[in-house]
Amino acid sequence: MRASRGAGKDERQRGHVADSLALMTLQTLVQILASGLLMGLIYALIAAGLSLIFGLMDVVNFAHGEFLMLAMYATFGIVVATALDPVLAAPIVVGLMFVLGALAYLLIIRYAMRAKANIGMVQVFATFGLGITIRGLAQRFFTPDYRSIRTSWLAGHTLDVGGVFLPLPQLAGGVVSCLAFVVLYFVIRRTDFGRALEATREDAGAVALVGIDKNRVFALGWGLGAALVGIAGSVMAVFYYIHPDVGAPFALIAYVTVALGGFGSIFGALAAGLLVGLVEAVSAIVLAPSMKAIGIYAVYLAVVFVRPRGLFGNL
Amino acid sequence: MRGAFARRRLGQLALAAFIAIVVALLPLAVHDVYLQNVLVLTLMYAALSQSWNILGGYCGQISLGHAIYFGLGAYASTLLYTHAGVTPWVGMLAGGAIAAALALVLGYPFFRLRGHYFTIATIVVAEAGLLLMLNWDYAGGAQGIQIPYGPDSWLHLQFARSKLPYIYFALGLACLTWLVTWLIEDSKWGYWWRAVKDNAEAAESLGVIVFRSKMAAAALSAFFTAIGGSFYAAFVSYIDPDSVMGFQFSLLIALPAVLGGVGTLWGPALGAAILIPMTELTRSYFGGSGSGLDLIIYGVLIMVISLARPEGLTSLFVRRRGAAASA
Repeated sequence: MRASRGAGKDERQRGHVADSLALMTLQTLVQILASGLLMGLIYALIAAGLSLIFGLMDVVNFAHGEFLMLAMYATFGIVVATALDPVLAAPIVVGLMFVLGALAYLLIIRYAMRAKANIGMVQVFATFGLGITIRGLAQRFFTPDYRSIRTSWLAGHTLDVGGVFLPLPQLAGGVVSCLAFVVLYFVIRRTDFGRALEATREDAGAVALVGIDKNRVFALGWGLGAALVGIAGSVMAVFYYIHPDVGAPFALIAYVTVALGGFGSIFGALAAGLLVGLVEAVSAIVLAPSMKAIGIYAVYLAVVFVRPRGLFGNL
Repeated sequence: MRGAFARRRLGQLALAAFIAIVVALLPLAVHDVYLQNVLVLTLMYAALSQSWNILGGYCGQISLGHAIYFGLGAYASTLLYTHAGVTPWVGMLAGGAIAAALALVLGYPFFRLRGHYFTIATIVVAEAGLLLMLNWDYAGGAQGIQIPYGPDSWLHLQFARSKLPYIYFALGLACLTWLVTWLIEDSKWGYWWRAVKDNAEAAESLGVIVFRSKMAAAALSAFFTAIGGSFYAAFVSYIDPDSVMGFQFSLLIALPAVLGGVGTLWGPALGAAILIPMTELTRSYFGGSGSGLDLIIYGVLIMVISLARPEGLTSLFVRRRGAAASA
């Protein structure tokens, strides 16, 4: 009885896949790829901050998802309090997140780096503890209710490019993400701060000899990392429900993206983010929407099996 | 020198026996069902964290994906029981064997990963397992499985009237995992693992077979974690993917060892004895309403202990001489 029912379901599923393959004309294919790439750009943006901090000091911030959640709440709060459009609220959110990141380093991470024993484990659990605390604070002060931003210049508009539909909020998010990566490139390659960042990541001890304060660079690095996730958060606040647990699934995707691209490689994070977005969009069609993450995990495991340090990590 | 070491080990064994007897007598004095429940969970997490410690502490491989082994154990014994009427005793051994086999299959690619790459891979595999269980209809899908109620029996591990048998089972499991760790500490494997943790390259150059010794640690750790999962399923008698394979279990399995002291014989038990009653009590006093206060206390505690006592709370009890001797 059970077995026959199971087989029936299998056939139905196979039929479903065949149907969707038949329907997949060029247009739908382009639609899937475009949505995947737009989401991928946002994944890349979330991952960039994580990767930057890791590259700088070998620390994985396990409170990254909670940073994202706070940025979304900050956007929501500013919109509600000042009636500004979310687009205008974004720069304020990014500034606030920069301060939050720098404070997280100065008040917590700095001390985790000084641990005399089990240093790797201390960093993991100190940042985990920070994440859980932030989630608890969000529940306490913002309640577990789902919030959403309904009024925005972007909301409700969809761009129609030859039959391929691109929702304006996602499209704007993709453009913002591209701009952020261009700016990040210039900050790292062309400014004194960027050079200090590169020098500190190479040899944190030696930079002291040329008068660079290691702690200042680390604090600014954490600020920059949090600001990047702040951009992502204010972009996403327009098209996602906001609640205290919203960060966790995106944080998991960010860890996968960073490991896939290679820890510390910011442009590896960009490439891996796009790949993750595409894989997710395709697996939602080929497998089932509820299984879309399986595709991401499978690709990640396959890549790590061949390249243990990710696509662009230093071996 | 050897004599002093052997005496110290026998002393630890005597201390463990003493603590086990005290814990065994405890429920005879404490009849409150809620407190007995907390005792079961504390003993279970002591056992789980002791199992995690074999891989995470002694080998230094930080796994945050042990929920998959826990869930496998819970599902293996429950499915065998509800679909085939197999006693949970056999079911838990089957679950343990499956978990150990999975750990070996995963260990092959994963032990080539270093540091954070390893940790993230373990998180991903556990999440993938969770998703697969949510979509697997035969195993109840997202709705989970209810274990049908029967008369109290040790054969079926079902006791509706008294918590005592669960307390003694969990105590037995905690003692067993402690004993395994105690035996490992003075075995060839124990020395190998500590050498691998301190410096894998140097250990390898001295002839330690790094890869195979890590595989052994992973299999042993997964086996006992799955047994804990089977026990938990029998204890709560209803399981669904989120309640036995969710990420919170990976964290809860690792935390007692981290708080008590990773790679120490007593760390997981001490950590569980503090953490589990505390989280249960804060949850029942401040949680429930979703006020978040339980999460704040929990999170701050994790941060403070990991920053203030990176070597874990057991280091408070270690005399300098002892520390020097074990170093």
